[in-house]
Amino acid sequence: MNTRSNAMPEFPGDTQASAPAVISATRRMYWSVRRELWENRSLYLAPLAVAALILVASLIGTIHLPAKLSDPALDPMQQQELIEQPYTFAALLLMFTTLVVGVFYCVDALQGERRDRSILFWKSLPVSDLTTVLAKASIPFVVLPLVTFAVTVVTQGIMLLLGSARLLGSGQSATLWTNVSLFQMSGMLLYHLVAVHSLWWAPLWGWLLLVSAWARRAAFLWATLPLLAIGILEKIAFNTSHFAALLGSRFLGGPEGAASSGKGMSMASLTPAPGQFLASPGFWIGLAFAAACLAAAVRLRRYREPV
Amino acid sequence: MACIEARGLRKAYGTTVALGGIDLRVEEGRILGLIGPNGAGKTTALNAIVGLTPYQGELNVLGRDPWTERDQLMRDVCFIADAAVLPRWIRVSQALDYVAGVHPRFDRAKAEGFLAKTTIRRGSRVRELSKGMVTQLHLALVMAIDARLLVLDEPTLGLDILYRKQFYDSLLNGYLDRNRTIVVATHQVEEVQHVLTDLMFIERGRIVFDRSMEEIESRYREVTVHPEKVAAARALKPMHERQVLGRSILLFDGVDGHQLAGLGDVRTPSIADLFVAVMGDKPDNQAGQAQGAAR
Repeated sequence: MNTRSNAMPEFPGDTQASAPAVISATRRMYWSVRRELWENRSLYLAPLAVAALILVASLIGTIHLPAKLSDPALDPMQQQELIEQPYTFAALLLMFTTLVVGVFYCVDALQGERRDRSILFWKSLPVSDLTTVLAKASIPFVVLPLVTFAVTVVTQGIMLLLGSARLLGSGQSATLWTNVSLFQMSGMLLYHLVAVHSLWWAPLWGWLLLVSAWARRAAFLWATLPLLAIGILEKIAFNTSHFAALLGSRFLGGPEGAASSGKGMSMASLTPAPGQFLASPGFWIGLAFAAACLAAAVRLRRYREPV
Repeated sequence: MACIEARGLRKAYGTTVALGGIDLRVEEGRILGLIGPNGAGKTTALNAIVGLTPYQGELNVLGRDPWTERDQLMRDVCFIADAAVLPRWIRVSQALDYVAGVHPRFDRAKAEGFLAKTTIRRGSRVRELSKGMVTQLHLALVMAIDARLLVLDEPTLGLDILYRKQFYDSLLNGYLDRNRTIVVATHQVEEVQHVLTDLMFIERGRIVFDRSMEEIESRYREVTVHPEKVAAARALKPMHERQVLGRSILLFDGVDGHQLAGLGDVRTPSIADLFVAVMGDKPDNQAGQAQGAAR
């Protein structure tokens, strides 16, 4: 081993103490969120990989597009559905991907740093537990919806261009552009992501982060099995299934009376109107539950040591 | 001004007492060595000081309560737990970016200068570095922070001897230029010997020995006694006696040097010998003694 590789850092001779710069809370938050993206590259790599697959599939799909569009048996409604469908499926697949990524991220977010003991390093820096937990929470609440939105819009844009290129010269590309309104789809998608993924599913994210901060190991089991147990115990004790219905409506439907009003699989039919959200007590209770979970996670992180 | 002040600092995990109400005062500018066997409470004490663990009793670090004000305290305090706490996924450049992003007293150019003297590449991930390089990186990050208190918990654990020696050399060089306080816990006693200004032995959550190095040099004498003078030497009430190669080595506390000079070869005891003398009396402490002496 040469001396160079062994040299430990040494202080330079200056002794003057520089006036400490002030670092704003926003800047600490910004770097904390960047840190999460460095560690969890799957947050954007997984949606990008799925988007690439969607584009390959859609490229194959466009081969038969002119034939399908010129089918005289189609009325305009059916034709619109046929054209729109791949775009909706692309969005749904990407949303499902980021949902799965988000669940795995949250389960590990506050446990992983204890497992690899790096929490001792993070805590040796002037970043509060509140900042850290909020930075981690911002991933499912803000970052993933934004990633989903950006990747979906770009994917749909490319799909539209691929379709147009295939139809070029056949005189049908106008049909495509009148039936696919990218702008409208994106607006709907953004609303869906904010309303459902961030806010309506807030209790899910809060709960997973809380379990991640609390559990010493097997956070995923702790996050899921107690819920299952409550459902089963309720069934045995009272022969009812209110808890299961509660979870079902939270993750498969919207607020009361909002689900399945539309027809078919379109973004609009999956997203209740703003009024339905704001008028639903479940929406507000869910947000309060998520806030309580995050507050508890902040407190737990303060007490937690490496596992 | 006291940098660290503790009164009745106590911490128990269930029924196991990790710290049994210790009193501690570390003045600014001192380098304190906290020496003790495994499980003596060193890590618990240091964790309390840097706000990682709740405690009972009073504790004041740089005028703050570490438990409730950890994030503010960490602007002035640096902490190295042990060699392996840097996250394995982080890149060297990312570690620099992050610390520069969140720490108001971090001097990035200084850290870059430190790293330039090593073979660590900016693009490497921590998992690709050797244990010694990870410690170099951590030390580069910490030394570039203009902190008032540096807390080190077994910083050289698992490093080979070259890295260990250089670690303390750079620590000492850094210290000579500045008025900062260092608290280092270790059981690799002989390595810290020449760095310290104060020495503290801790055992089963209690401080059993607390002296400055000047005091130790003036008070303690170790004598390799001539065989015929052993009885006379024993009459001076040594605090400890051991046999090496058939000769008796006696350790004295506060006995006049002239009196001892006639008995044999007199010298200042090493920290390791002192440790054995202080801790070794208790028969139930044999394991800790053997470990302390062996390291």
